[in-house]
Amino acid sequence: MNFDLSEEQQLLKDSVERLLADRYGFENRKTFQKTPEGWSRDLWRQYAELGLLGVAFAEADGGFGGGPVETMLIEEAFGKALTLEPYLATIVLGGGLIRRGGDTEQRAALVAPVAAGEMLLAFAHAERQSGHDLFDVGASARKDGAAFVLSGEKGLVLHGDVADKLIVSARSAGGRRDRGGIGLFLVDAGAPGVSRRGYHTQDGLRAAEITLTDVRVEPQNVLGDPEGAYPLIERVVDEAIAAISAEAVGAMSEALDMTVDYLKTRKQFGVAIGAFQALQHRASDMVVALEQARSMMMLATMMASDDNSAERRKAVSAAKVQIGRSARFIGQQSIQLHGGIGMTMEYKVSHLFKRLTMIDIAFGDADYHLERLSQSDGLIG
Amino acid sequence: MDLRFTDEELAFREEVRAFVKANLPDSIRQKIIEGRHPGKDDLVTWTRILHKKGWSVPHWPVQWGGTGWSPVQLLIFNDELQQAGAPESLAFGTSMVGPVIYTFGSEAQKQRFLPRIANIEDWWCQGFSEPGAGSDLAGLKTTAKRDGGDWVINGQKTWTTLAQYANWIFVLARTDSSVKKQEGISFILVDMKSPGVTVRPIQTVDGGHEINEVFFDDVRAPLENLVGEENKGWNYAKFLLGNERNGIARVGISKQRLRRIRQLASLHTYGDKPKIEDPLFRMKLAAVEVELKALEMTQLRVIAGERNREKGKPDPASSVLKIKGSEIQQATSELLMDVVGPYALPYETERSDGDRWNEPPVGPDWAATIAPTYFNLRKVSIYGGSNEIQRGIIAKAILGL
Repeated sequence: MNFDLSEEQQLLKDSVERLLADRYGFENRKTFQKTPEGWSRDLWRQYAELGLLGVAFAEADGGFGGGPVETMLIEEAFGKALTLEPYLATIVLGGGLIRRGGDTEQRAALVAPVAAGEMLLAFAHAERQSGHDLFDVGASARKDGAAFVLSGEKGLVLHGDVADKLIVSARSAGGRRDRGGIGLFLVDAGAPGVSRRGYHTQDGLRAAEITLTDVRVEPQNVLGDPEGAYPLIERVVDEAIAAISAEAVGAMSEALDMTVDYLKTRKQFGVAIGAFQALQHRASDMVVALEQARSMMMLATMMASDDNSAERRKAVSAAKVQIGRSARFIGQQSIQLHGGIGMTMEYKVSHLFKRLTMIDIAFGDADYHLERLSQSDGLIG
Repeated sequence: MDLRFTDEELAFREEVRAFVKANLPDSIRQKIIEGRHPGKDDLVTWTRILHKKGWSVPHWPVQWGGTGWSPVQLLIFNDELQQAGAPESLAFGTSMVGPVIYTFGSEAQKQRFLPRIANIEDWWCQGFSEPGAGSDLAGLKTTAKRDGGDWVINGQKTWTTLAQYANWIFVLARTDSSVKKQEGISFILVDMKSPGVTVRPIQTVDGGHEINEVFFDDVRAPLENLVGEENKGWNYAKFLLGNERNGIARVGISKQRLRRIRQLASLHTYGDKPKIEDPLFRMKLAAVEVELKALEMTQLRVIAGERNREKGKPDPASSVLKIKGSEIQQATSELLMDVVGPYALPYETERSDGDRWNEPPVGPDWAATIAPTYFNLRKVSIYGGSNEIQRGIIAKAILGL
């Protein structure tokens, strides 16, 4: 057992942190957010140059052969800086589906441009009625010879407004809540029958509602088994949960650091408010919540690529429960301990709080995963 | 980063597991798992079994009977023993006064006391808390004055765990009242059979007798029983209190209790179905398991970080382990209350030898210990520095507030 990073991993961590320290101050972030796309194409190129966009892909496909630990390091740094770029959408979700589900030709065609920062992906999966259930897919994939024709509505598609290609889940067989019968289809965002409505999200990112009307998908653009994609979706979402757990830990540690700095500098009653025991103890509870979350981030990172799906899902659910609870506590308390200034849009803490809130909801909130876990045989063994 | 145990660590775990399985007497194991208190004889028996194997004080320097194991091995060892239902070693000797003696004591003290601690020939208890000095331990009033070749000790200690069995006590006493309160305290070893030592039992909320008051009336201890330097006792006390990183989280004990909870909840029909089929109960159980899994990982991270730390300096992260570990232990005792339900009610006393129950039990035969365990475990967030004191340590030592 060891918690050490390899030399390459340490280098990666240092270089991401340096780039973000130089280029991603909170004022810069505000500027990026005000652009029409809501993030920085320039930074995206820098990420590509640093290798962040290719690190998760196999070397044979044009990547750098990294794994979940590399993703964890990148996401944690992104969480601290509250980056706006479509990394989760393009690399973790879209890239993950292609990495794990794509055939040789598909990987050859897609990995290189994605890793070079020239192609953006989005995963068009959720629907209005699906809640947190990944298997609840109503959009249809009607067979037409060897091709498929997609119709339906997809919602909350993270960075779906800018994606060049969408990976759309649709049902080629079975009923709306069946685990079987779901396929994944690669669709050009500009293909006939695709319409997109982009919007801002509460946490400063971008998303889209997408309508598919008789969108034709040729056989070479079917990702894996058109009736059996559910295990792939689960698997990639488990990896995404590990990734956003790291993002959450980054955001939580930033919120705690800012809060502690504030406690040391803000004066009331003639002293720094950090001298008050009620506030000290609250901050200490935030430390406990952060350490527990960091531990589960590591567990999720380690287990997200485990081939034993029952053990993987238990670990990932447990991590999501802990992350959700810690994120809520630290988010709320960092605002409380800041007082009025924490309530303002101009101050970073309020944005950390909002992102943490949305991370809890993403891919199943703490209660959803606790319930899922409660139906298993438990974590103790 | 690889969070799995290595093959060597797994092999070590198997070795420990097999040893405990083969050597821990069933009667002792049963007692611990059922939530009864081990008697003095149980602890002596088990400690001597470990001692014979060379494992009674594994964390000590090899020279004094330690094993030279890595921090991870020590963690595995403690975890396996806790999960198997082995009694915990007598911490007052093995984790408290022992390390103080081998770190700060004289050569004569080391030769005299360490082997007897390792083989539990002496039963040590801790003379720290006083009626007026709990969290503010440095405010203690017990005095030790030089008189010829002796210290003469006067005062009162309290919450003294298992003092009824003890033949030695380590005492914090004031030896200089003219300086700042932390700077006038000395650490003195006192024979409990000395004239003037009186032990009076305190009955705790669960009905048990774990703790005592200890009175000192002109008790004489030879000057050579001072540990380290006069008036430096506070440093040794801090060392002692911060020293017990390994196992403070009691992860193994909580794991063992959660297994028992699952087992009892499956057996015990509660209304029209086993408690384990109650969705709300399952959610509560899962929530505690999540916390425990996280704590187990946190503990591994603290242990792994130890090799990068200055030797002997307490890690403030152990306060995180203490807070979470105690909360989880208490939560498991509440889950047991959920499992037993109304039959938590009957109160039964243990026989004076603490060994077995008087009469056939009222209600399910496993029910009688459950409410007392719940009541008793309120102590874990109080002793060893209350959780509020731990929060203060985190605020100061980790956050710099």
